[in-house]
Amino acid sequence: MTARDNIEDIETIGNPNVENPFISAKNVNVHYGDNHAIKDVSLQIAKNQVIALIGPSGCGKSTFIRCINRMNDTIDIAKITGKISLDGEDIYSKELDPVILRARVGMVFQKPNPFPKSIYDNVAYGPKIHGLAKDRNELDEIVANSLQKAGLYEEVSDRLDESGLSLSGGQQQRLCIARTIAVNPEVILMDEPCSALDPIATARIENLIDELSEKFSIVIVTHSMQQAARVSQRVAYFHLGRLVEVDDTEKVFTNPSHILTQDYITGRIG
Amino acid sequence: MFLGYILLENTENNMSKKNLSLSTQQKVRKSLSSRYKKETLFQYFGLSSLSVGIIFLVIFFYSVLSQGFSAFTQTYISLKVDFSDNLVVKNNKIDSIDSNFDAIIRSALRERFPEVNNRRDRRELYKLISIGAVYQLIDHLDMSPGDVGSREILSFPTSSDVDMYVKGNIDRKLDESKRTISNNQMMWIDELVEKGEIKMKFNSALFSNGDSREPELAGIYSALKGSFLMLFITLIVSFPVGIAAAIYLEEFAPKNKISDLIEVNINNLAAVPSIVFGLLGLAVFINWFGIPRSSPLVGGLVLSLLTLPVIIISSRAAITAIPPSIKEAALGVGASHMQVVAHHILPLAFPGMLTGAIIGMSRALGESAPLLMIGMVAFIVDIPSVITDPSSALPVQIYLWADSPERAFAERTSAAIIILLGFLLTMNLLAIYLRKKFERKW
Repeated sequence: MTARDNIEDIETIGNPNVENPFISAKNVNVHYGDNHAIKDVSLQIAKNQVIALIGPSGCGKSTFIRCINRMNDTIDIAKITGKISLDGEDIYSKELDPVILRARVGMVFQKPNPFPKSIYDNVAYGPKIHGLAKDRNELDEIVANSLQKAGLYEEVSDRLDESGLSLSGGQQQRLCIARTIAVNPEVILMDEPCSALDPIATARIENLIDELSEKFSIVIVTHSMQQAARVSQRVAYFHLGRLVEVDDTEKVFTNPSHILTQDYITGRIG
Repeated sequence: MFLGYILLENTENNMSKKNLSLSTQQKVRKSLSSRYKKETLFQYFGLSSLSVGIIFLVIFFYSVLSQGFSAFTQTYISLKVDFSDNLVVKNNKIDSIDSNFDAIIRSALRERFPEVNNRRDRRELYKLISIGAVYQLIDHLDMSPGDVGSREILSFPTSSDVDMYVKGNIDRKLDESKRTISNNQMMWIDELVEKGEIKMKFNSALFSNGDSREPELAGIYSALKGSFLMLFITLIVSFPVGIAAAIYLEEFAPKNKISDLIEVNINNLAAVPSIVFGLLGLAVFINWFGIPRSSPLVGGLVLSLLTLPVIIISSRAAITAIPPSIKEAALGVGASHMQVVAHHILPLAFPGMLTGAIIGMSRALGESAPLLMIGMVAFIVDIPSVITDPSSALPVQIYLWADSPERAFAERTSAAIIILLGFLLTMNLLAIYLRKKFERKW
């Protein structure tokens, strides 16, 4: 039996652990009914770091990041075991309110999903519900700031009351990023944020990720190897629910240790 | 296009003669004709079904409109009345008990036709005028009391038989005994028509009066108001309850056997015959809760039961139509479940919910069977002023009038149907307008 077939008892190779872990997942298993979507994944993520999760479709990378902000809670049949902690705090403990967690761990989705409201209201929504702004001026400031950080402010500053849906796809995605950072989270999860965008919009988002990594820890799921190579410091390769290999980006792309990683990167599976 | 198609077929025939084994292209071409034939056949079938539907609709509208429109006018006779006699004035007010208003009208008629002098003929003469004329006289004197002592020309509604005769609904060639109007009366009417003393006016009684045994006095106002009060109750009961139920079922209810059972039951409830709801209303609302029978309150509650499943089903459809990405987006920035519902799901689904509610309400407006069970079929003359007053409803009024033997009620039945249809149409147009206005493309 070759290493390619013997997926069931893979030990993660590389360096799943970091020195000062901010997010730490230990022996995480996710079941969707009978489907064992994530198998015994342990992974640590450091602060102000971009980690890219790569792997073929259905390998569990999206499921994994949805565990980090407990988005899987909305799926009735999802069952999660193991332990994930954020800054030392168990996020699945009974005391922790997912609302607080999601204010700390923001998420950008695959398809741009602005609310059918004005650009302003889209960004202001998070600060409003969390009561982050004392008055209208402060809220204005947060909105302008977030749009600036998302690199959208110049394009929309004169039409903040227009619908968020009137923007182009790339602008919508940046609006969603602005909406996420308006709450000032510590971690941003990105689930294939560029898969619905054209190359120019993609490039803008990638630059943005670079800038954002100075302030936030970013976990990005991507199908594009180039993107992973461009934006991330570490890469984790998932295969059929297992974390096969995780290491520094350069190491994984130049010298992958596991045969499956090698196959995927060279385009033999995917 | 068709020519080209024939040409194609010809070349294809030639080709198949040349070589027996057909290429894919040829096979495709060969199958084309039968495919098009099926399509044409289906189109004809659809067209003919559509025409059958349209023909019936046209027949229905024609019969209702042609019969009903004449009910919107009413025949009036102009008479010179003498206010100097028969009136008793006490304390500067006309005493309605001692005054003989009947006599005023009768003497006016006698004056108009002085040649009629035997008792039998006079009685026939008096029957030309509606018994409601007296009330009109009283109203007139209330409005202008200065007319006492003078002579005025006033117009009075005729009795329904005269009205029917003038509108041409009574065949004058029939034997006198088979007509509701006598030869003498015909003669007088003809004379009045000739002299221009009989006129058609807008039938305001139809809109301002309650029900009556006399067709010319019968109106739909009481039924209309009853219907509106009922719809009001239905709206304020079933709309919030329906929306709350839909949101709970869609968003909060755990997915298990019990919620499945509830779901199936709600869907079945929408198909329960409406009379069953009437029986339920009779048993629960009237006998148990003691709500007064035939009141808009009990009617509205029964109709709420009827509308509730419709609203729940359409509201749930409106909620499911919201893309889950919106919900995820709100959850992603840290909105609680209730905030997601209040800030996003409810506003986005509201137009759909409203449309469903209006459609449910228009169904409730046209419903008569359950109302029969709760006593709204009673003959009610008074206009309901509060929701516990006895009242009628439009469809029930139609049923009652359709049951009446007088010829004049037939046209009033159709008129009431026209009014009901008008309201239904308005409500459905409103629903379409709201749907179009708030329709959102994702």
